[in-house]
Amino acid sequence: MKRDYYEDVELFKSGTILAWSVVLLIFLFTVPIYLPSYNVYLLNVILVNVILAIGLNILVGYTGQISLGHAGFFAIGAYGTSLIMMHLHFPFLVALMIAALIAAFFGFIIGLPALRLEGPYLAIATLGFGLTIMHIIGRWDIFGGRMGITAPPLDLGISDSSLSWVIAGDVKIYYLILIITILLVVGARNLMKTRVGRAFMSIRDDDIAAEVMGVNLTIYKTMAFAVSAFYAGVAGGLYGFVVGFFDPFTFNLILSIIFLVMITVGGLGSIMGAIMGAILITYLQYDLLKNVENLPYLGGLLMTLSRKWFTVIGLANFSSIALGLIMIAIVIFEPLGMFGIWIRIKKYWKTWPF
Amino acid sequence: MFEMLLIEGLAIGACYGLFGVAVAIVYKTSDVVNFAQGEMGMVATFVAYHILTVYNFPFWIAFPATMVFAILLGMAIEFCFLRPAKNPTVLGLLIITLGVEMLLMGLAGWKWGAEQKDFPFLLSVYKTHEILPGLALNEWTIGVFILSIVIMILLFLFFRYSKLGIAMRATQQNVNAAKIMGIKVERVFSITWAMSSLIGAVAAMFFAARSVLDPNFMMEPFMRAFAAAVLGGLTSIPGVVIGGLILGIIENFFGYAWPEWKPIVAFVVIILIITIRPSGLFAKHYIKKV
Repeated sequence: MKRDYYEDVELFKSGTILAWSVVLLIFLFTVPIYLPSYNVYLLNVILVNVILAIGLNILVGYTGQISLGHAGFFAIGAYGTSLIMMHLHFPFLVALMIAALIAAFFGFIIGLPALRLEGPYLAIATLGFGLTIMHIIGRWDIFGGRMGITAPPLDLGISDSSLSWVIAGDVKIYYLILIITILLVVGARNLMKTRVGRAFMSIRDDDIAAEVMGVNLTIYKTMAFAVSAFYAGVAGGLYGFVVGFFDPFTFNLILSIIFLVMITVGGLGSIMGAIMGAILITYLQYDLLKNVENLPYLGGLLMTLSRKWFTVIGLANFSSIALGLIMIAIVIFEPLGMFGIWIRIKKYWKTWPF
Repeated sequence: MFEMLLIEGLAIGACYGLFGVAVAIVYKTSDVVNFAQGEMGMVATFVAYHILTVYNFPFWIAFPATMVFAILLGMAIEFCFLRPAKNPTVLGLLIITLGVEMLLMGLAGWKWGAEQKDFPFLLSVYKTHEILPGLALNEWTIGVFILSIVIMILLFLFFRYSKLGIAMRATQQNVNAAKIMGIKVERVFSITWAMSSLIGAVAAMFFAARSVLDPNFMMEPFMRAFAAAVLGGLTSIPGVVIGGLILGIIENFFGYAWPEWKPIVAFVVIILIITIRPSGLFAKHYIKKV
């Protein structure tokens, strides 16, 4: 029972939650000690996707706008950060902020047509944006063209001077990304509890009713796009340094679809859902489904099927099949995603044995 | 040169229009934007390819067999994936069709592999006939024009005069009222998906004859066709065809002037147009009531 308005907006609802959060933080900061190197790389990719999924969820889950072009913002972040560092020799964090702000500006631009478009029309507009970005990057030589570019050394200070502070290796990058991720997660969580967050949700529930209540649609819809694009830009900038090398085809339509899969599977309109979805889908994509033939039982069955009806070499496409089926199953059976399952488990134990 | 660019643009535009009609039919009756349309056409084309090259059947057997497959595929997808969703949102439906897209793409990649193949189509792009003095068209272009005109006339007659077409229009206007009037709405949806899958498969074969056959080959044409459909207004079938033609012409002329930017010029034009006219050029814009 809430007695005070402050209880609705506070970060930790109870001492138990605070204690568990501290335990989680300690665990997150010590993870690289127990994990082999490849898994730290996987963790980095997961964290990047967590940032992006939260940003996308602010737009899709909280504000109710559809975006099929988030790979475009992701690409702006990745290319922007690397190019600013290579040509202007800015420190990493400054470059990352500039690139993310550029992405946010593009988000604002895309938000303008979104004022008048909805549903499929908005989908085609954002999709066109994503394709255009991918194409421009592939054409202009400053972006490395179709060959792609290699990320410069991750330098927190000013490179080629005494202030240089190069971060190398997956473990060090992990700590950097972890701190940024925690800041952005807390930021998103707080944003959703302010006036701005409530305005976003009212637009999702009914934009006309929201407008009647005094929510300025022009400001808040474009702001939702800008905030979401900012998160995507930060995620992109970090992603460039996690993988070290990227080309325009990394940022294709399928990537935008996979981002959407993450938030639907995790749960639309919840920060925790976005985190869970990003973790699950990234793990499936990068680890479990990549080596599907080595799985117990299922792997053997799939190999037999491949030899008899399909092709063995095409078995790599199984991850696409599995992700497709997961998307469909989530919408049909559990529209709230993993977050909905979590809520149900929580309710069951809270009211147990009744 | 100008005439050639115009005719070429009209031909590819008619193909976009045809495929856009497949998208529009489903959207008209059930408010679902079918993002899997391209992949449904792709799988049907692969089935035709399989029948033609692996089983070595002639084209007049392969073509009807593929059509039957396309109809069954459309019905199966509607029955298995869209019907079980209870009270889905627009986003939910979109995600289901995106899921079907990934599923079909994965299945095709698993079965036929990622390497590019030539699709042995009946009508070649390279054989030309002189219809009028001074006007030589290739077989493919003639085929596209005849086919799209025939399909348009059939669709017009179907929606105007047949009982089923009227039932479809009634379902589009109000599902509950249609149910009360004794229309079996679910059956109507099923038939809609079959029709759209059929038209999509025919258009996909034409696209395959122009380019190559691989699991991704329908992605670009689908996006163009969808953009064309949005340009014309998703709910009006003549509008979709005209949108396709406009898109084809714009793309061909820009492609001639600036070949590098050909793939995106269409999208830029479309984003500009739908920003000004949010429901497309030819559809009525309904103001939402609270």
